[in-house]
Amino acid sequence: MKFKLNVWRQDNAKTAGRFESYSIDGITSDQSFLEMLDVLNEKLVGDGKEPVAFDHDCREGICGMCSLVVNGRPHGPQEHATTCQLHMRKFTDGEEITIEPWRAGAFPVIRDLVVDRGSFDRIIQAGGYISVRTGAAPDANAIPVAKEIADRAMDAAACIGCGACVAACPNASAMLFTAAKVRHLNLLPQGAPERDLRVMKMVEQMDAEGFGACTNHLECEAACPKGISADFIGELNRDLATAILRSREASKNASAGG
Amino acid sequence: MALQSKCPTGPIEQRWDKHRFNLKLVNPANKRKYEVIVVGSGLAGGAAAATLGELGYKVQCFCYQDSPRRAHSIAAQGGINAAKNYQNDGDSVYRLFYDTVVGVDYRARESNVYRLAQVSLNIIDQCAAQGVPFAREYGGLLDNRSFGGAQVSRTFYARGQTGQQLLLGAYSALERQVAAGSVTMHSRHEMLELIVVDGRARGIVTRDLKDGRIETHLADAVILATGGYGNVFFLSTNAMGCNVTATWRAHKKGAFFANPCFTQIHPTCIPVKGDYQSKLTLMSESLRNDGRVWVPKDAADRDKKPGEIPESARDYYLERRYPAFGNLVPRDVASRAAKVVCDEGRGVGPGGLGVYLDFRDSIQRLGQDKIAERYGNLFEMYHHITDEDPYKVPMRIYPAVHYTMGGLWVDYNLMSNVPGLFVLGEANFSDHGANRLGASALMQGLADGYFVIPYTVGDYLASVKPISVAKDVTKDHADVKAARKAVETRLKSLLEVNGKRTADSFHRELGKIIWDECGMARSEKGLRGALERIPALREEFWSNVRVPGSGEAMNPELEKAGRVADFLELGELMCRDALDRNESCGGHFREESATDEGEAKRDDEKYCYVAAWEHQGVDKAPTLHKEALEFEYVKLSQRSYK
Amino acid sequence: MTTRALSLTNTTIGKKMVMAVSGFVLFGFVIGHMLGNLQIFMGPDAINGYSHMLHSTPALLWGARVVLLAAIVAHVTTAVSLVRMNRAARPVAYAVKKDVATDYAAKTMFLSGITIALYIAYHLAHLTLGFTKGLHYQPSLDANGLPNVYQNVVSSFKVPWCTAIYVVAQGALSLHLYHGAWSLFQSLGLNHSRYNDALRSSAVAVAMAVCVGFVSVPLAVLFGVVK
Repeated sequence: MKFKLNVWRQDNAKTAGRFESYSIDGITSDQSFLEMLDVLNEKLVGDGKEPVAFDHDCREGICGMCSLVVNGRPHGPQEHATTCQLHMRKFTDGEEITIEPWRAGAFPVIRDLVVDRGSFDRIIQAGGYISVRTGAAPDANAIPVAKEIADRAMDAAACIGCGACVAACPNASAMLFTAAKVRHLNLLPQGAPERDLRVMKMVEQMDAEGFGACTNHLECEAACPKGISADFIGELNRDLATAILRSREASKNASAGG
Repeated sequence: MALQSKCPTGPIEQRWDKHRFNLKLVNPANKRKYEVIVVGSGLAGGAAAATLGELGYKVQCFCYQDSPRRAHSIAAQGGINAAKNYQNDGDSVYRLFYDTVVGVDYRARESNVYRLAQVSLNIIDQCAAQGVPFAREYGGLLDNRSFGGAQVSRTFYARGQTGQQLLLGAYSALERQVAAGSVTMHSRHEMLELIVVDGRARGIVTRDLKDGRIETHLADAVILATGGYGNVFFLSTNAMGCNVTATWRAHKKGAFFANPCFTQIHPTCIPVKGDYQSKLTLMSESLRNDGRVWVPKDAADRDKKPGEIPESARDYYLERRYPAFGNLVPRDVASRAAKVVCDEGRGVGPGGLGVYLDFRDSIQRLGQDKIAERYGNLFEMYHHITDEDPYKVPMRIYPAVHYTMGGLWVDYNLMSNVPGLFVLGEANFSDHGANRLGASALMQGLADGYFVIPYTVGDYLASVKPISVAKDVTKDHADVKAARKAVETRLKSLLEVNGKRTADSFHRELGKIIWDECGMARSEKGLRGALERIPALREEFWSNVRVPGSGEAMNPELEKAGRVADFLELGELMCRDALDRNESCGGHFREESATDEGEAKRDDEKYCYVAAWEHQGVDKAPTLHKEALEFEYVKLSQRSYK
Repeated sequence: MTTRALSLTNTTIGKKMVMAVSGFVLFGFVIGHMLGNLQIFMGPDAINGYSHMLHSTPALLWGARVVLLAAIVAHVTTAVSLVRMNRAARPVAYAVKKDVATDYAAKTMFLSGITIALYIAYHLAHLTLGFTKGLHYQPSLDANGLPNVYQNVVSSFKVPWCTAIYVVAQGALSLHLYHGAWSLFQSLGLNHSRYNDALRSSAVAVAMAVCVGFVSVPLAVLFGVVK
């Protein structure tokens, strides 16, 4: 198979980027999309040119590192898959393929197709954890968790933090990511003591990073390689509203008590 | 130099407690004066950095990925063992200890393995409290499954993503400490040199992968938790970035490398399809619980469609050879058996390098829905990659490199022979002997990070004066400057070769040599050949590699070339170690040491030791140090799965 | 974690809740307004009497107007602030972007919103404030001596371009209402996976009903059903 590739090239965050076109031939349909890019890079290196920088690591759809917008879709045309799980058999011979980085102000480009997703780490730092000291845990069976709750927490926890939700959202909103992270912990009894502070702090950080707002396009859910449901966004909204109401109540009671 | 394992003595169940009591403590007020570097942020590194930060040490944590959450621990599918005996099926700490010592083919220390079995209990408690959504029963209590041929159900799991969920637990604990200010995280940083001053590890030199900046970081202790070196084979189930650089740099600075030839070849991976292939994908071992492994009896049938081969013409070779364990024999045995039938010309699929893993009978017995419920995501993954529907045609599988049991030598405190240098998880050699059992890697990573290093690093730190007080080492110290200079020179030379071949092409060639000669079966002749070819390839690398771009920007080719350069040295050591060990044990199968039936034959008389290699220079023979292994509790005997 | 008061409306989620609540109020008004309009089919007395009832109950009329005005101000200012934030969140646009889940209504919320705002201005000038009376109609009194709303409507919608404006505006309104109606449940966290499909279908039904209800009046006049 052969393809014409339009690839976004950008030297660093400070310079403007541009598209460059490459022709590539001799690709087989069993090759993965990233293996196709490997071939392109081998060729570029052979020609004495700089290869295309792109993020990738596990190449089995779990680390969340790969992050390409292929023909206008984050992770490409295959449903519920990461870019590394995309195979060339999904394309037709001779097709023109446009490859862009995740585009969001909160994900600045580092080079070519590589972006900085540190904003996701900072959202976690704001409260995406349960404060349990190593060694202080009770027996794992001391707190039973209903199977439905554990399963639903797992549905949310399946998030790989790739950022496709942000890339797909017309508003570059990080609501699906934040919702998945908040709900995973807020659903579980172990996460209950901190649930209000958790949701308030994480949403506050999400906004501070400059992500857009959710306007319910549901593009995030469609782009998510792990099929995380946008229902979690509604639940995040509910958690936030109740948390703020409860925290008002608490501060009122505190001041009343002197 | 005699290796001091520092293993405690006395009754095995009291050793860890006794040892902990004897470890020195650091005064809580003094902890913040000590700086600790943790390289790697997977289960071992992430857990260690979080826990040490929580204890009050000043921690600097480094990873090459863009976020600590992406370390390759995330890819582990199956589960994590713990001797909880929640199923009341006869499990105990002693049984987990016993199964592990036997399973690793008696090439690990009893004291270490017992400690691992002991702290397995705490790990599950810790993870559940962190919010790891383990599978539950309807009553709300934790579910277990039997895994990797174990006779008891002691494996805890979170769907097929156990590694991911455990890592996210450790990552959340780590980010909590980052927010608290006790841990500073350096993502997209690669360690390129260990700083040793006066014989003690005092820091590292790193390259910021975003802009190429070289940085020097000093500390009172350095902890390496940088994973395994399976990528020396080029094709493995490891992530693309997994490398040996951190441990290899430490090795060249004096740390001994132990049992480098002990690598695990996992039997259930998707076979190689073509030359372009960049990595191999593991299919969880749990598939062998319901799938039956077979090849045609007659090599002439191998190109037929599986459905056209009648029952009588199929050879269910694992069930035939190992009637007691059948398809559930340990990984090393299953892998070798697949190689044997493929070598006989009976392998299926392109190149004849594959065997069938067939679910036909299970689907008939349990129904497709039940199979989908158990393995749905794995079947889907297989379908994506191969474009074949495993509900209709049997899967094709072949062994692939998955884990490395070898690593830097460490004592019972997880400290290498270089004082102040600790090594955790897959990066060390300690607990898996010659063959790691299923659901044990996650257990060891978290045991080391959460429950061992927090005590043992304190013992070391209590005996040294912190740099922040002593001010004996600064960035201007001659040894520190020399380490930095060495990094700069090396990067410069890689960029200056300006030859004709890419780093990947050398890596592929090296991988092929190691796979052929130091893979599933090793022979003296093959290893000797490899020991000639690898140095020649290394020489060509340094005169003909091409690395475009500059060192002052993000440059993935430069990163790759540096890693390949280290693999080219490590590969040689692996072959040397394999040559030295003229016995078959675990994943190490020497053709010269087999029974008449072709089964592995261990030689406890001569090889019941840990081989710890001391670097003497790149083109010089390393020195072998032997740590004798003694077995007081588990009697040495040949493993048998017949 | 330390406790610090977080104001809901400072968050993007809070802003969306403001959109949802104010939208809900306006939605209610739209339904009421439509039902009021449909009285035209019951003849002049019904609708003129209804108009008179409203005008002779100032508490009701002005109460409603104040609430509506507050809702509109909240809805519009929050929308502008959200749109600005959302645009800033993606400084470099995609060269190629394929949307797979969203729909025309969702993507054009801002556009339909502006259309509705312009229409409201025209509509108020037309029938509430009577700025356009020379253009479409001459005010008169009916047989009961009440302002002849019925006549105003009939004479206006005999003018085809006036009807056209109303019809186009109702199209925009129904698109806006469709997305708003189901989306507000999500924004307020009142969604549940079990009801999501039903909610979507109901939103389509309600938006269509509102559209049909509103455009039936001008079209009935234009085609001489109501004279």
